[in-house]
This record gives sequence, structure tokens and C-alpha cells, in this order.
Amino acid sequence: MRHGRYPLIVSFLLPPLVLYGVFVLSPYLQAFQISTTNWLGYSAQADPVGMANFRTLLHDGYVWNALTNNAVLLLVVPVLTIALGLFFATMLTMGGRKGQAGVTGVRGTAVYRLVYFFPQVLSVVIIALLWKEIYNPRSGLLNGALHALGLPTPAWLGDPRFAFWCVLAVMVWSNVGFYVVLFGAAMQAIPRDIYEAVMLDGASRAVMLRKITIPLLWDTIQVAWIYLAIAALDGFILVQLMTNGGPNFSSDVIGNRMYDTAFGSETKFGYASAIGVVMFFLTLSVAVLALRAARRDRIEYS
Amino acid sequence: MNRREILQRTAAAGLLATPAAGLLAGCATSGGDDKGDSGAYKGTKSEQNPLGVKEDAPLEVVIFNGGFGEEYAKAHEAMYKEKYPKAKINHSATQEISKTLQPRFVDGTPPDVVNNSGAGQIDFNGLVSQNALADLGDLLAAPSLDIPGKTVKDTLLPGAVEVGSYDGKFLVMNYTYTVYGIWHSTKLFADRGWQYAKTWDEHIALCKQIKAAGIAPWTYAGIHPRYMSWPLISTAIKLGGPSVALAIDNLEPNAWKSDAMKSAADAWHQIVKDKYILEGSPGLDHKQSQTAWCQGKAAFISCGSWLESEQKDVTPAGFNMTVAPTPSLGSGDKLPFEAVRGTAGEPFMVPAKAKNVAGGLEYFRTMLSKKGAQDFTKKVASLTVVAGATEGVELPFGLNTVVKALEASGSNGFNWVYNNYYRKLERNLVDAACGEFFSGRIGPAEFLDQCQKGADSIAQDSSIKKYKRAA
Repeated sequence: MRHGRYPLIVSFLLPPLVLYGVFVLSPYLQAFQISTTNWLGYSAQADPVGMANFRTLLHDGYVWNALTNNAVLLLVVPVLTIALGLFFATMLTMGGRKGQAGVTGVRGTAVYRLVYFFPQVLSVVIIALLWKEIYNPRSGLLNGALHALGLPTPAWLGDPRFAFWCVLAVMVWSNVGFYVVLFGAAMQAIPRDIYEAVMLDGASRAVMLRKITIPLLWDTIQVAWIYLAIAALDGFILVQLMTNGGPNFSSDVIGNRMYDTAFGSETKFGYASAIGVVMFFLTLSVAVLALRAARRDRIEYS
Repeated sequence: MNRREILQRTAAAGLLATPAAGLLAGCATSGGDDKGDSGAYKGTKSEQNPLGVKEDAPLEVVIFNGGFGEEYAKAHEAMYKEKYPKAKINHSATQEISKTLQPRFVDGTPPDVVNNSGAGQIDFNGLVSQNALADLGDLLAAPSLDIPGKTVKDTLLPGAVEVGSYDGKFLVMNYTYTVYGIWHSTKLFADRGWQYAKTWDEHIALCKQIKAAGIAPWTYAGIHPRYMSWPLISTAIKLGGPSVALAIDNLEPNAWKSDAMKSAADAWHQIVKDKYILEGSPGLDHKQSQTAWCQGKAAFISCGSWLESEQKDVTPAGFNMTVAPTPSLGSGDKLPFEAVRGTAGEPFMVPAKAKNVAGGLEYFRTMLSKKGAQDFTKKVASLTVVAGATEGVELPFGLNTVVKALEASGSNGFNWVYNNYYRKLERNLVDAACGEFFSGRIGPAEFLDQCQKGADSIAQDSSIKKYKRAA
């Protein structure tokens, strides 16, 4: 059997590696190459311009504006999503008051779990259009409610003070459900007797969350953090569909800038690739930093 | 073999696979080198076939599936097929022109006819500067298909050729004739006893009256606020004459801050200051604002003459939408009140590397025949650039007012093309400035500053090709 293994392994590994090479590695390499040209996208002519695109990028106010927004997303979205996810997951797995000694979720846990997961089932495009209508200043759900309460009714996506935060809220909303389920599942894996022990010691629910749940969930939270950080550097679909970066570039993100430069108002594919390369390195650094910052000793139950 | 060995060997396999992948994928920019005309279809030119169409050559047509749909194109294709029964026509329609076709342009295998329109339109500046478009000069010189004794050029409305010309070469065939103006409901105005105002002061007085009646005088597409740049620039051109537009198109220094533009911006600021705009408009997109207008929540809206067909589904019966020119600022206006912005729109092009360029031109000749144009007007209720093609066609209410406005405007009509030359300037930069201005966050001076800054950034960008027009 031993000598028969080698061809078998190679035949299994080669196709995925070739696919990976063709569809992942080679486009990346090409993007790097294109980013050093002035290619305009509709002819084969592309002259090398060295680092000129990156120099332009350094002084491009619109790119910086978009990056600033991404930075805000990077700071706010993971924190908010993880906090909300942890809160809801805790309530669903151990928030119940029934039988003070046991560890149970609030009433209707199964229903909540399902409802929280709904946004995850919808495509991002549907979510964007749904919320675009909710934010509609004239006939939207949100302003309808505010109007009924006699409160002021802003133009939401039409107002640079709010547009970006409106999109951010949708981003958090659409992500929370997934992390509720993820954290919930991880919490199920924590041995019940640990909780029962600290409860006997008189720990409150907040202390339990801080001292027991979060440390034991740390691996999962770390994964969530990286996912969310990468998502925060993107945000393209929601922004493109809901505001297209407006009003007056107030909700622009770097992905939208790249798209607009190549396919939107211009055809500067070389410059857009340079933006893409910058995005690539930013995402990579953020992922590495998040991994480093969140590194802790692994806890194993014995 | 242990685990370590497997890992090493797979890594080696991966390294081997990468260059192979590179060969497989090729380079995104490598395709489409000039292979000469070897693959192009060419027929013999004759009196019957002035463009030299090869009668059995296939023709690929890509239509923008927007407000006009695609049925009209299928009718044109049937007409082409009638003349060349052996030709196989490959029809497709999409809303994403740039994303769908970009790889094919690079590859050197673009379709023969492209309706480059909509939000996914390919920037013409990029296409023209890369010589991606075929010269349509032969089409203009060819005899019209069914208007005897005239060349195609003779049958077109004035301005149709100029709009599609770059540095004197006719590259883009704009098929529809669009009038831009201020729209209102004849029924609403008749019911209330209002009269469309011909001067700006009267307009403001009317706005006051409308507001007092509990209706918002204005609404606009807050998500695409450039719609409001059209009446504002029109007001300036009527005050200062067509040279105002010429300066803007040619990116002349401080063109946006000319006296006429200043007066126009000051005037339009009034409707913002006096809160004559429907509340929440800055958050509405074009469809939402137009629907609010159709529901009678606002009296005026700025749009082009595609409005009627775009709103077909939500316009109440008897609404009777009417287009009107922008009000005159005063007796000092260089152009009369009736002057209106009319221009050829809905661009069609034949890529330079298309296999069947002659077929593409012939397809345009079919579209520009009287039969083709009348069929289009009947199907989608829009005018074409073919003069007199509306004869004998019954037009819907709104389009009828468009025809009348055009007639009244006559030789005083005006236009600008900076939006074609520099898509980014209108779509991004002026658009953003309009958003700030019409929501009241900035005043007229800052508005013009922001527009000028945008124009300057285009002028200074050496990677964007510049175009000039003479008049």
C-alpha cells in the first residue's frame, strides 16, 4: 500500500493547487504588474510608469478620505459586532432566570437564534436595497416611526452627517446574527460545571461573562475579529448600492474608490490596480496585527 | 513518506503549478495585439451597398437594457436581417456595459455594435483616447436608406454629429434626441389655476403660491443631484449666451465662475433659502423623487425627455406632464425664454476592432432610416435624431410638449458636452457640489468654487485626454 499513496496524494492535490494558481495567485501577480502601468483598460497598450501611480495615490485626497472611513469602520464595526454578538449569545445560552442554579437561555431562545440569523441568509444586495428603502426620508420605515413620535426626520443617506453611520449600522446589523450563532456554539462547548462552580461561589452574570466566558471563548473571538476587520476594509457592496460614496464623498470606502476609478467615472485600470495593491497590503497587515494582538495562551479543557 | 515530506513535495508542486497557471491565464493586458484586418469581414461596395457590407457576415449587437428596454433593437435587427437574410444576428442586452465588455475590448474581440449607456457606461474619454472606436464618417456620407436624395448626415437634426465628435472625428452615434427642462403636470396647474412662469422673479412668486397651497414647489434626485446642474447651467447660458457653455466644455480657467454662472447660482439659491424644496429630497434617488412628483407632492422637477417613459408605470391617468424651458433671469438675457437644451443622447458605437465594422455602420443606417426611427419613437415614446421622423406618429402627451418646446426653441437651442468629454467631472465632482448646494449646506460662491476645483483637477490631470470644441 505504501508506494501507492504518493500518486494518489499528488492527484488529489494538484487540481486544487492549479486552480488556486490560476484563479488566485496569477490575478494577484497581474494586479501588481498592472499597478505599475498607465493602462486605461480598453486596449492592449500599457506603458510602464514605475511607481508613479503610488505617488499620485499619496496625494489623492479622495483616496485618503475613503481610507479614513475604512479606518473608522475598522475601529467600530468589529467592536460593536463582537460586543452585541457576545451579549446576545450570552443571553441566549445563560441569560435565563428560570431555576437559579442551572444555566439556561432566556425564554424563546430557539426563535431568537433563528431571527438573528435571518440577515445572514439574505444576499448583501437585498440587504442594501432593503435598508435603502427603510432609510427613505419620505416613505421609509425609520422616518415613518420618527414622524409618528413627533421627532425630526433627517434625510439619512442624503445627509453627509448621517450617511456613513447609516451604512455602518447596516454592516453591524447584517453581521451580528452570524456571530451570535458562532459564539453561542462556542459557549455550548464550555463545560457546565465550571459555571455551576462559580455560581456557587456567588459570581454575578457580568463577572461570569468577563472572567469565564470571554477567556474561554478567546479563540473564537479572535477569529471573529479577523473576519470583521477584513470585512471592515471592504464594505464595498453596501456602500456602492446604498450611497455610492455620497453625499459629497462622505461615505466613500477604498473599495468603492477602486471600482469607480476602473469601471465608474473613469477607465484608469492602472491606477485602480495601485489602489487594489494598497488594499491588499492593508488587509494583510490588519489580519497579521489582529492575530498578534489577540494572541493568548490556548486553554484546553481536560 | 512522512508528513514533512508530503508538505515539501506539495510546495514544490505548487511552485511548478504557478508558472503554468501564468501561461494558462495569460496576462490581462496581453491580448488583442494588432493582427491586422485579416479577420475582418469586408464586402464589395456598390450603389446598393455603399458601406461594403459582407452579406453573410454575422453581426453582434449589445444593447443597454434600461428605460428603453431591448424590443426596439430587436425590431431594428429584424430590419437588418430583411436586407441581409444570410447574416446571423447575435443580440444580447445587459445593464452592465463596462463590466461585461471590458475584457472583450482588451482581448480584441469586441461586439460589432454597442449601446454604451446607463450607469455602467464606459467612459468615452477612455475609449476615444485608446482609439477603441471606429470612425463613423462613412455612415454620414452614405445615402439614407429610405429618404431619397439625402445622405444620412442630411437627415439628422442639427447638433447630432457634433455631440458624437471628438477632435473632428464622428465616433459616437447618439440615437435619441433629448430635451432637458423643467417638468410640471398640466392637470395640477390647471386645477389650481397656476401659470408656468417665464421669468425668475415670477417663478419665485409662483413657488411661494405653490408652497402656500401645501405642495412643495420643487423636488430633485438628491442621490444624483447633478440633475439640478442642468437647469442651473441652462439659466446661465440663457443669460450669458452659448459662450458660457463653450468655456466650461473647453475647461477654460474660471469658466464655472463666470458672471453668468454667478447670477444663475445666486438665483437658484433662492429656492433652497426659501425652503421651496420637498423635505427629504436630498435622500431620494431619481426614481423616488420622480415618483413623489408624479404623486403630486411637488410641482416641479428637472429631467430630460426620457422622464415620461421612465415614469410610465406610476404616472396617474390625466397627469399630462409638460416640459418647459428654464425661466429667464431678466430682459438682459442673451437667449429668449423659449431657448431650451436639446441634444442627441443614447450613445451607440462600433468598436474599432469589431469584426464586422461595415455591418455595424449598416445597422446604424437601418436605425437612422425613417422606418427605423419611426418604429423606435412608436415603441419607446422618445424622439430620434432623424429629422421629421415623428410625422404621422401619434405621440404621447409629454413627448408632444417636447416636440413643441423644440420647435419654439428653434435655432436658439443650446447644449454642452463636458459630461461626454469628462464623465468624472459631471458624475462625481459637479454632482457632489450640487448635493451640497441644493441641500443648503453651501452657498452659491462655495458651490461654484467646488465645481471649478473639480474642473481644474481634470485640467491638471495629464492622464486624461483633453478635447476642445470651436462653437
